[in-house]
Amino acid sequence: MTTNLQTSTKTNTDVVFRTENVNIYYGDFKAVRDVNIEVPRHAITAFIGPSGCGKSTVLRCFNRLNDLIKSFHLDGKILYHGQDLYASDIDAVEVRRQIGMVFQQPNPFPKTIYDNIAFGPRLLGYKGDMDELVENSLRGAAMWDDVKDKLKALGTDLSGGQQQRLCIARAIAVQPEVLLMDEPCAALDPISTLKIEDLMQELKEKYTLVIVTHNMQQASRASDFTAFFNVQANEKGQRTGYIEEHDRTEVIFQSPKQKATQEYVSGRFG
Amino acid sequence: MTSPESSPALSKGRSLTRTVSSKTIFSNVMTGLVVTCAILALIPLVALLYYVITKGIVRISPQLFTQLPPPPFPRDHPQFNSGGFGNAVVGTFMTVGIASLISIPFGILASIYLSEFARDTKLANAINFLTNVLSGVPSIVMGVFAYGLIVVKTRSYSAVAAGVAIAVLMLPTIVRTSTEALESVPNNLRQASVGLGASSYQTVLRVILPAAIPAIITGIILAIARAAGETAPVLFTALFNNFWNWDPWRPTATLAVLVYNYAITPFANWQELAWAAALVLVTMVLVANILARWIVRRR
Ligand SMILES: Nc1ncnc2c1ncn2[C@@H]1O[C@H](COP(=O)(O)OP(=O)(O)OP(=O)(O)O)[C@@H](O)[C@H]1O
Ligand SMILES: [Mg+2]
Repeated sequence: MTTNLQTSTKTNTDVVFRTENVNIYYGDFKAVRDVNIEVPRHAITAFIGPSGCGKSTVLRCFNRLNDLIKSFHLDGKILYHGQDLYASDIDAVEVRRQIGMVFQQPNPFPKTIYDNIAFGPRLLGYKGDMDELVENSLRGAAMWDDVKDKLKALGTDLSGGQQQRLCIARAIAVQPEVLLMDEPCAALDPISTLKIEDLMQELKEKYTLVIVTHNMQQASRASDFTAFFNVQANEKGQRTGYIEEHDRTEVIFQSPKQKATQEYVSGRFG
Repeated sequence: MTSPESSPALSKGRSLTRTVSSKTIFSNVMTGLVVTCAILALIPLVALLYYVITKGIVRISPQLFTQLPPPPFPRDHPQFNSGGFGNAVVGTFMTVGIASLISIPFGILASIYLSEFARDTKLANAINFLTNVLSGVPSIVMGVFAYGLIVVKTRSYSAVAAGVAIAVLMLPTIVRTSTEALESVPNNLRQASVGLGASSYQTVLRVILPAAIPAIITGIILAIARAAGETAPVLFTALFNNFWNWDPWRPTATLAVLVYNYAITPFANWQELAWAAALVLVTMVLVANILARWIVRRR
């Protein structure tokens, strides 16, 4: 089961995810249709678009977090280095260990900072020097200097921005290949937001990042590729999301091919 | 709909100073009424505590917990103040201990299933309904149940039989409080854990249970405190025993049954012991409640 995935990651391709005609449903409701995109390696791909168009839904399919929702199902294929993530022999738990997730609301565990970081590695039965791993992860999330003297303090007692960076540190402690971030700066002030954006630039050296953002400047500043999601109501009034345009970020923001994209990125939407 | 522009007009011209109107009088009368009712509701509790304490305190001494019940003595007998109910204290801990050993693991496992694996399913709803029914069943029925199940089969009254009866009594409380505690753990912690690659049982053991454990312990303490004073389920399962007994399969004395047995006798020294036992029971409930509050507060 898990060995499939392990060996496939060794054959590193430059395309991390490729989706083929993915339609995503919650029960009878088709939430997103016809997703065909490629997510390149060591780059930041941003998902933008109006609320309810299915950005989070698609993002959560990349590490099978939607499995937690009973009514969820999809058709089409999501290929991770060529391997279908939804094939029956794939272990979803193993997928999530390689494809980490940072959520919109910072969600540290009510444990110490140290235990928050060590949580993932302990799950994996990490045998090495945990202190070192914790330090490296915190350095990786640019917060070692903030917290090095209070590793035994509760993660939930940190400020919102620090909590979010703690969550990033926690996610990179298991050394995933991909980091998915769903509006990681939505709950943060502008300064913490900039810190996290800087951090993303550093992280892309080692990881592949997919971020959802409502912040146009953030998408244009921080990302290399941008997918613009739009939403269309069918005759029954169901609002189904789809990808209107997906290209290099400069193209999306400066010379988009679609009129809707042009209107959205320039703030004249709807 | 009031648009933002129209709202200043509504408040325009209203004075900020307090005026004595029928509205303030009404509100003062209501406040007075509520305070009175609250005090009235406290009276039975205070009266009960006062009565139990004044009656019971005369016999409180260490020997209560180390000696066996005395024979009945008249008030002028030199040994009137001798004896205690150490065996009943031991017996109470024994029965409640057995009940806890049964009901705590079952209760917590059931609530984990209900909140983490079967939430909102038909089965979970059915179990919740049955749990509520069970918590409404009179405690004497639990006694009958354990009597039929164990006393009749083993041909002996025993602490085990009483433990089973009390366990059935505690179970609904533990299931309900633990399920509530687990369900109130925010969903984003579950997602964080699963997102880091934890399996569902790892998520429960490492994230959900630790976050819910103070509330679960509180529920358990309150369930135990309530069960320790229950008389009906132990009356004809543990029966009573005038001597020390450490064998869970033999008849066992408990404080609740001691109160019941001794309070209705005509012997003054036994009546005093009954009051003292009642005081010990009330103190245990009080201490348990304070402990439970303290655990909640510490969070
Ligand atoms: N658990 C769920 N069950 C049913 N429908 C859902 C669920 N989660 C999302 N949806 C629906 O799927 C659609 C897409 O939701 P999604 O959360 O992916 O949007 P989004 O683009 O992330 O929006 P936002 O920018 O507001 O976060 C919406 O119509 C939403 O109502
Ligand atoms: Mg979203």
